[in-house]
Amino acid sequence: MPIIQANNVSIRYITGDFKDIGLKEYILRHIKGQYQVKEFWATRGITFSLERGDMLGIIGSNGAGKSTLLKAISGIMVPTKGEIQVHGSVAALLELTSGFDNDLTVKENTYLRGALMGYTRKFMDDKYDEIIAFAELKDFQDRLFKQLSSGMKSRLAFSIACLVRPDILILDEVLAVGDGAFRKKSGEKMQEILKSGVTGLLVSHSIDQVTELCNKILWLDKGKQIRFGDDVHGICSEYQEHLGFKRAKKRVLRINRF
Amino acid sequence: MQGKLIKRFNQQRFMFEELVKRDFKKKYKRTVLGMGWSILSPLLHLLVMKVVFTQYFGRDMPHYTTYLFAGNIVFSYFRETTTGSMTALTSNAKIFTKINVPKYLFLFSKNVSSLINFAITFMVFLLFTALDGVPFTPKFILLIYPIFCLILFNLGIGLVLSALNVFFRDTHYLYDIFVLLLMYMSAIFYRVDALSPTVQRFFLLNPVYCVIQYVRLIVLEGAIPSPAYHLLLLGYAMASLLIGGLIYKKKNHEFLYYV
Repeated sequence: MPIIQANNVSIRYITGDFKDIGLKEYILRHIKGQYQVKEFWATRGITFSLERGDMLGIIGSNGAGKSTLLKAISGIMVPTKGEIQVHGSVAALLELTSGFDNDLTVKENTYLRGALMGYTRKFMDDKYDEIIAFAELKDFQDRLFKQLSSGMKSRLAFSIACLVRPDILILDEVLAVGDGAFRKKSGEKMQEILKSGVTGLLVSHSIDQVTELCNKILWLDKGKQIRFGDDVHGICSEYQEHLGFKRAKKRVLRINRF
Repeated sequence: MQGKLIKRFNQQRFMFEELVKRDFKKKYKRTVLGMGWSILSPLLHLLVMKVVFTQYFGRDMPHYTTYLFAGNIVFSYFRETTTGSMTALTSNAKIFTKINVPKYLFLFSKNVSSLINFAITFMVFLLFTALDGVPFTPKFILLIYPIFCLILFNLGIGLVLSALNVFFRDTHYLYDIFVLLLMYMSAIFYRVDALSPTVQRFFLLNPVYCVIQYVRLIVLEGAIPSPAYHLLLLGYAMASLLIGGLIYKKKNHEFLYYV
C-alpha cells in the first residue's frame, strides 16, 4: 500500500484585491459591481504515489506549485479537486523561523513550538537539553527571542524540527542552516534522518542534492506535472536541458535585439 | 483507535497549555500592576458609574451599587472576551499557515485568560455585595449556571468574530459600535421595571441582559428564575456555539487565503 497517494490533485488559489478590505468596502464594491476575485491554479492534475522509505525530489522553477503541493500533503491546505491520501504522521518543515514569538524567551518558544508540532510535554522535557545543546544556545535560554541573531533563530528552529521521528518528512529547502560549522552539523543531521528509512518529500533547487538523496522525481512547471518517475538522472538532466534551453532562448533574444 | 484518540488529546492539551501560557505572559509581561489592573479597572469603572448614575437611577433603590456592579462585571467579561477573541486567527496566521494545527485552540486559549480575569473580579463583586449588606444565601451556588452559559456563549461569539475578522478587517470598528449599543440595551445602570411589559420582553432577546438579570435575581432578590429562563440561557449558548462551530468547519481551509 502506498504511504502517500495523490490523485489528480489541483489546488486553486483565489487572488484579487479582496484581501484587507473591510465589510463596508466589501458591500460597496458589490453594489458597484467592482468586486472581483480571480482564480489561480497553483497546481493542476498532479498524480503520484510514494512507498515507505521513498525519497521524492520535487523540482521546478519558481512558481511551479512546489510549496503549495507540500502544504496540501501536510494538511495545511486541501486540494480543490482530486484527493491526497496520507498514511502516517507528517512533519512539515516549511519556513522554519516564522511563527516564533518575539516576546517570549528561547525556552518558552522551544516548548511552544514543540507543542505546536505535536510533541507531548514528556517528550519535550526529555529532549529539551538536547535541543538547546544542538542549537548551541545554552547561554541564551532565558533571552527573549527577538534578541537572538537571525543565525541563532534558524539554529533553534532547525534543532527543534530535527527531533521529529515522523513517518513522513516534508522539507522545503531546509537541509542545512546557519554558518560554517553549524551548516555542516545540520547537514549531517538531516542526512542521518533521511537515511533512517523515513518517507520524504524534498523541494530543492540544487540538482546535485536531489540526485544524491532522492530515488523519485516530480518535475512541475507552472502548476503542471511534466514528469514523475524513478529515473532520477534521466528526469534531472532533461530538466537541466529545459533550463538551459530557456536560458539559451533568452540569449538568442538578447542577441537579436542588438 | 482509542489509543490514537488519547494521543491526540494529549498533544492538543499540551498545545493548549502552551498557548495559554503564551497569551498570559504576553498580556501581563510589561505591566507593573500586572493582574492587579484587572481588579482595579472594573472598580474604577464602577466608581464612575456610581457617581454619575446614583442621582438619576439609584435614589429610591436599595443596593444600587450591587445592582450596578452585577451588570458591569458580566458585561465587561462579555466585551473583553469577545473583543480579545477577534484577533485569535489573524494574530496567529504565521503559525497556522506553516504548521497544521487545530485553529480553534488559538481562540480557546485567549478565552482562558479573560475567564481568569473574570473569576477575580467576581470574587471582588462578592466581597462588595457583603459590604453592601446583601445577605448571602445557599442559592448563590446557582450563579455557576449563568456563568457557564455565558462562557459557552462567549466562545461561540468569539468563533464567529475571529472568522469574520479574517475576511473583513474592519470587524473591530463595527463590533465596537455594536457593543456600545448592546451595553445601553443591557440595563446595566437603569431598571426595566418602569417599562411596559412588551418592551421588557424585548430585553430577553439580549443574551447578555439575560445573564445579568439572572445574577441580579439570585443576589438581590434571592429568587430562582423559571425553568424556561434556564432553557433560554442554554439555548443562546448552544446557538452561538453551533453557528461559530459551523463557520469554522466550513471555512477552516479558506482562512489561509485571506491572511
